[in-house]
Amino acid sequence: MYHYTDFDDAFLKSRNAQFRAQVERRIDGSLTEDEFKPLRLMNGLYLQLHAYMLRVAIPYGTLNSSQMEKLAYIADKWDKGYGHFTTRQNIQYNWPELRDVPDMLDALAEVNMHAIQTSGNTIRNVTADHFAGAAADEVADPRPVAELIRQWSTDHPEFQFLPRKFKVAVSGASADRAVIKAHDIGLQIVRQGDDIGYRVIIGGGLGRTPMIGKVLYDFVSGEDLLPTLEAIVSVYNLLGRRDNKYKARIKITVHENGIEDIRARVDARYNLIRDQFTGVDQQMLARIEADFVRPTFLKGDEAPYHSAYQHDPLFRSWADTNLSDHRNPDYAIVSISLKAHGKTPGDATSRQMRLMAQLAKRYGHDELRISHEQNVILPHVHKGDLPSVYYALKAEGLGTANIGLISDIIACPGMDYCALATARSIPIAQEIATRFDELKLEHDVGPLKIKISGCINACGHHHVGHIGILGLDRAGVENYQITLGGDGTEDAAIGERAGPGFSATEIIPAVERLVLAYLDLRTEPSETFLQTYRRLGLAPFKAALYPETQAANAA
Amino acid sequence: MPKPFTPKVITANALLEGDVIYQTLTGWSRSLQDAEVLTDEAHADLRMIEAEAQADAVVGVYLADVIMDGDVPTPTHFREDFRATGPSNYAHGKQELRKQEHI
Repeated sequence: MYHYTDFDDAFLKSRNAQFRAQVERRIDGSLTEDEFKPLRLMNGLYLQLHAYMLRVAIPYGTLNSSQMEKLAYIADKWDKGYGHFTTRQNIQYNWPELRDVPDMLDALAEVNMHAIQTSGNTIRNVTADHFAGAAADEVADPRPVAELIRQWSTDHPEFQFLPRKFKVAVSGASADRAVIKAHDIGLQIVRQGDDIGYRVIIGGGLGRTPMIGKVLYDFVSGEDLLPTLEAIVSVYNLLGRRDNKYKARIKITVHENGIEDIRARVDARYNLIRDQFTGVDQQMLARIEADFVRPTFLKGDEAPYHSAYQHDPLFRSWADTNLSDHRNPDYAIVSISLKAHGKTPGDATSRQMRLMAQLAKRYGHDELRISHEQNVILPHVHKGDLPSVYYALKAEGLGTANIGLISDIIACPGMDYCALATARSIPIAQEIATRFDELKLEHDVGPLKIKISGCINACGHHHVGHIGILGLDRAGVENYQITLGGDGTEDAAIGERAGPGFSATEIIPAVERLVLAYLDLRTEPSETFLQTYRRLGLAPFKAALYPETQAANAA
Repeated sequence: MPKPFTPKVITANALLEGDVIYQTLTGWSRSLQDAEVLTDEAHADLRMIEAEAQADAVVGVYLADVIMDGDVPTPTHFREDFRATGPSNYAHGKQELRKQEHI
């Protein structure tokens, strides 16, 4: 876990003091809203439908217990006792009052956290695999380099006014759990012989024009990474379109100019600036890496785990669904579902946050992670402690056994909160989860990712959902479009639009028809929804979605 | 032919709380039913200028369409409906106020 240096502390302190003064000047009328808005956005403060919203970065999704406790404290003191974890490993507070925000930022600074560059046309919070440092399939922990990128990009003078926002994700494993191909820059740590380096992917993104990222370089060495990143963002900064907001992301720059042209420009820029990187960044990285040493894993008794697994079917179901392989065979990675059926995806109350913090402290080497799928992870839990962890979670409504299943839905805040939304997302997610809980089908259905966005900007990642749902405004009525076959992993694919949209009341039965059709179509229970879709294509699913069209064609 | 002017209210967010507010005959209210309903375009333009002049208290002033349900203005679009009633997943914001009114 990275600990702030005196430099970091001083920087954040002066930045927070600056913002406090800016807020005061807005309130006393010295600043107009037009003047204030870019200043508040630089510090993560939005004005949404019903209130302000403060977006706090959780760098590469990593927290310790005191940070999680501070998030709970902030939720109680200045918000309504809860927070919303987002698809970019941030937490959003939906109800802060303007006057309180400087105090909230000071409270965050006490635990080495901030809201800088969680908005605006800057390099945003650097995200990473939420199993980082724990996954059995990892080449290297992506967090040290993610921290290096956070330091490099924070307040980077050249990159404060990019053509558009810019998102970087890092994975240290071949299985992609960080959706790196849907980021402006996706980095994958790879091994080449004895050397560790980075595959650099650029130009991915969802939103209005979804694109899968393209490989810019197959292997960049550690010491060349930062100059390469600087060259990429520099080229984009000059070449990216500022004439049209909808064409301003790097995915369009890459698409319009071609990856070869971009590579030639990045190479040229790299050659120009390479000498400025004298190796200081590598010294810093070495210091950062020392902060991320793996915990000392304990030897313990696994008997409680085997006993609970044998005797308690609820524990067994949770263990089968919510645990992942740890690099140490005595340990497990615990995914805590923030998707209890009928609740708001990604929301946690302050009580729940405190419990998760306590469990991390007692059983989890003081580490927590936030996943882009809006769940919380305890990355290092000894198997013998799993029953204690489960029963404690269950008592606070955190024991839902649904990770990777149909009710583990990603949903953006949608028109319940967001000023950009064109329709609601949360109630649709709540109703789908509730419906499939009633049907008692979700464990039979198996792995299925539903992702819901309340507008074309696709914060809910609908393009990469096995079933994607996009909420739109069609002539003054909420309308939901379905896409099928999307995939956010290393086999990334953009979902295919299934046909005309559905009203808010029609969308739940439509999803049900789709899933029932899949159960009929699969060759065996182990064939997942996505595999069935890839084998058969859109047609049989379309027939299930639009039975009336089928009937009309047959008549 | 210019389009006939349809009834509107002036709405914004409060600077300090961020809450949705509506311009009334005498100031601002958190409740749409208190809003001054504008039926004359020239008068609406004037009231907009007055609202925008209060930049130290309100943010993002604009005209929102309403239809009259008796004497009560009602939103024509679902977005304005959500702004007037608060989020659908919790009894927070305007939902909280409504709950208190029912008690």
